Amino acid sequence: MLKKFADYITYTLLKLEPTSHLGDALNFFIYDTLKIFLLLTTIVFMVAIIRAYFPPEKTKRILSHKREYIGNVMAALLGIITPFCSCSAVPLFIGFVEAGIPLGVTFSFLISSPMVNEIALIMLWGLFGWKIALIYTGTGVLLAIASGIVIGRFKMEKYVQDYVWETKVGNMEIVQTSFREKVEYARDYTVDLLKKIYPYVIIGIGLGGIVHGYIPTELVVKYAGRDNPLAVLVAVLIGIPLYSNAAGMIPVVQALVEKGMAMGTVLAFMMSVTAISFPEAVILKNVLKMPLILTFFGIVTVGIIIVGYLFNAIL
Amino acid sequence: MEIKVLGPGCANCHKLEELVKIALKELGIDAKVEKVSEIQEIMKYTMSTPGLVVNGKLKHSGKPLPDINKVKLLLKESA
Repeated sequence: MLKKFADYITYTLLKLEPTSHLGDALNFFIYDTLKIFLLLTTIVFMVAIIRAYFPPEKTKRILSHKREYIGNVMAALLGIITPFCSCSAVPLFIGFVEAGIPLGVTFSFLISSPMVNEIALIMLWGLFGWKIALIYTGTGVLLAIASGIVIGRFKMEKYVQDYVWETKVGNMEIVQTSFREKVEYARDYTVDLLKKIYPYVIIGIGLGGIVHGYIPTELVVKYAGRDNPLAVLVAVLIGIPLYSNAAGMIPVVQALVEKGMAMGTVLAFMMSVTAISFPEAVILKNVLKMPLILTFFGIVTVGIIIVGYLFNAIL
Repeated sequence: MEIKVLGPGCANCHKLEELVKIALKELGIDAKVEKVSEIQEIMKYTMSTPGLVVNGKLKHSGKPLPDINKVKLLLKESA
C-alpha cells in the first residue's frame, strides 16, 4: 500500500520516469520515509509502555546481589528495556555500584543499553528485515555480556573515582503510576523522541536516496565490499564520532548494502555508532578513572571489530 | 511546602524548574524551589534526573517531563 502511494506521487502526480535517477531516488525517499515513521511511532510507543514498568531503580533492585555470568546476562537483557540516556549515566553508575552490583555486571548494562535500543532495531527491521534486526540484537547482547565479563575479570575497582564508594545512597522509592499514567508516559516519550530524531531520519533517508540513485555499485563494492579487509576497521572508526545518529545512519547504510557493502561491515558500523561515543566518555570521566575508560572502550571496540569480520565471513 | 528540583544542570532540569515555578504561581502557592545539583544529594532520591521532590517525597523522576497540569496535580496533592 505504501509502495503504491509512493509510486502514485512520483510517477503519476509528478510524471517522473521510473527509470530516471530522480524518479527512482524520490520514490525510494517517499516510500522509506512513510514506512519508517509508521514503524517508529507504533513500536516506540509499545516499547515505552514496557519501559514504564522498568524504571532504573527497579533494574537496580533486580541486579543487586547478582554474581558474574548470570548477572551479566540479566544486565545485558535489562539494558534493552531500561530507559537510559548518557546524561543520567553518572547517577545510574553510582546507584549500581552502591547496590553491590559487580563492576563487570554494571558494564554489561552500560554497553547493552545504548547499543541495543529500539530506534536502531526499528530502523534495521524496517530497512533490512527482521533477520538482520535479530542478528544485531543477539550479537549486541552477547557482546555486552562478554565485554562485561572481561572487564570484571580485570579487577579494576581501584579505577573507579574514589567518591563513588563514599556516596551514600538513600532508600530510593519508585514513583508508583497507574496504567493510564504509563500510557501517557509512553505517548509523551514517543512524541519527544520523534521530535528529536525526525530531522536525522529524513536527512538519512534523503542521503540514502541519493546513494541509491547516483552512487555506482562498483565504487561501493571496491571500498566497502567483502574483499576489502580494511573496510570493517575503517567503518568502526567512522562510526565512533557519529554518536546517537543511528536513526540517520541506517538508511544511508541500507542504500550502500544494496550497492554491495558487506553485512558484517554494516553491523560493526552500527554498533560503533550506538555503543562508542566521546560524549559518553566525557560523562563517564566523572565516575571512572582514565585506565578504566580506556579499557572499557578498548574492549568494546575490539569486540565490535571481531563481530564485523565474523559476519563478513559467514553471511 | 519544601520543593526540590534534582538535576546536574541539564536542559530538562532547567525546564522542570521553570514548570514548577509557573505551576506554583498559577496555584497561588508561596513556596521556595530549591535546585539540587550535587550528585550525592540527588542520589538520596533517584537515579533518573530530572527529579521533583515535595516535602521529602519523590514525585517525579526522569524523562519525559510532566506537563504543567501534571506538575500542578503533583504539587496540589502535597499542599
